[in-house]
Amino acid sequence: MNSLQQAARDEAFSMPLDQIDVSKPRLFQEDTIGHYFARLRRDDPVHWHENDFYGGFWSVTKYKDIMAVDTRHGVYSSDWSQGGISLFNAPMEDRLQMFISMDPPKHDEQRKSVSPIVAPANLASMESTIRQRTAKVLDELPRNEEFNWVQRVSTELTTQMLATLFDFPFEERRLLTWWSDVATSVPEVDHLVESQEARLAEMGKCLTYFTRLWNERVNAPGGNDLVSMLAHNPATRHMTPREFMGNLMLLIVGGNDTTRNSMTGGLLALSRNPDQWARLRADPSLIDKSMVPEVIRWQTPLPHMRRTALADAELNGKTIRKGDKVVMWYLSGNRDEEAIDNPEAFIIDRARPRQHLSFGFGIHRCVGNRLAELQLKILWEEILKRFAVIEVTGEPTRTLSNFVRGYSALPVRIPG
Amino acid sequence: MPRVTFFEHDGTRHDVDATAGLSLMRAAVDHNVPGIDADCGGACACATCHVYLEPQWLAVTGERTEMEESMLSFAAVTQHNSRLACQIEVTDGLDGIQVHLPAGQH
Repeated sequence: MNSLQQAARDEAFSMPLDQIDVSKPRLFQEDTIGHYFARLRRDDPVHWHENDFYGGFWSVTKYKDIMAVDTRHGVYSSDWSQGGISLFNAPMEDRLQMFISMDPPKHDEQRKSVSPIVAPANLASMESTIRQRTAKVLDELPRNEEFNWVQRVSTELTTQMLATLFDFPFEERRLLTWWSDVATSVPEVDHLVESQEARLAEMGKCLTYFTRLWNERVNAPGGNDLVSMLAHNPATRHMTPREFMGNLMLLIVGGNDTTRNSMTGGLLALSRNPDQWARLRADPSLIDKSMVPEVIRWQTPLPHMRRTALADAELNGKTIRKGDKVVMWYLSGNRDEEAIDNPEAFIIDRARPRQHLSFGFGIHRCVGNRLAELQLKILWEEILKRFAVIEVTGEPTRTLSNFVRGYSALPVRIPG
Repeated sequence: MPRVTFFEHDGTRHDVDATAGLSLMRAAVDHNVPGIDADCGGACACATCHVYLEPQWLAVTGERTEMEESMLSFAAVTQHNSRLACQIEVTDGLDGIQVHLPAGQH
């Protein structure tokens, strides 16, 4: 353990419990957050804390308690009117109205209008396109020189996928990445844009662009892309502009940030665990059998989802009051030794690799989970066909966020 | 032990001696029947143990709960005889049950 990690460990296990604040974005950027979660799982698994930025909130850190919250959608609301799914309470008029931040029945109706895009038959039809693109991106990588894996591989592949799902003009696809980053930005923290106003202005540009696509497609027959599916389904055809905007943001972020960061996280995990890399080379069938879900567990690209209690409830000995913010820390549940053997280790052949919290559970479980797994599977199959080794040549640069656990850079070099 | 027969989507047949008291999902997973993912481990929280029952077994296996109904509504290609296998307890009364698997679990 290096000195930064050791100092964080010491602090996490010595500081007074009531001072532990696991919402600090810096802890995620430094990747020291795990020590604080470990302390909470041991000493205060359902933990109340208040700070100036978020107010008071419960942190739920154990796998089984997270599962209990996630599956009780009647008690723990996701609805935007209650505050939605992330820690920060945006002003009421700025809250995104997307189906992940709706309760039934509206959630169910809107989700069903887009879920067919990841139905088994559709996934099968996308596989060859994804494989060709992945092959092309990998074949064009430089040899014997350092480059940024995030930019050249992870971002490029997920952006191309997103352009396909939306049937978005391919040459302009990088707009999607930008809007995805802006959507999850907290300007006061990450300074991606200078203010909330600037952020909303950028999202307005996104809405204008997509409204044009909608207008082109709403009266056109067919169309298997997400915009056409929303435009043609009775449940979503008459969405308000705010709901259209919200659902666009959900689908852009959901299909982008998450897989992007698992694509980078998988390489980082393997490079730090050469024994696992050797095992993978010896048996590439492990990619599909068990490695891909382990990458997604290890990375946990979305560390939390938030709920709001609609009634008083008991959770692992604590009384949650009506109106309380309840934060499920998936990243902590995915390191819970009572649910997962040797949870800190990256092990590509776990017996039950899909029992992890990264996709959430219950009615809000990630709609694109099998597509994400397919993209990662193809990436690793194509990597193994081409490269004997990919050297990670430096430390990753991590995202300053408690909602997106990701990377802006990972320097690598491919010899050959 | 109750005999359970699973049919993969391509028709491949698996006869399994299931343990009474455990779920139909466990009967498949513990006997390595492919096509049941069971991501959540049996908590009725993921809809990846979706199965189709032969119609005569629907009454014997009981009603879907509200949560099962919710989760099933997000699975692909659901039918009137769709169930989540984790929500069906294997009993001696299920001896001979025939269970069909969908094309994919999502």
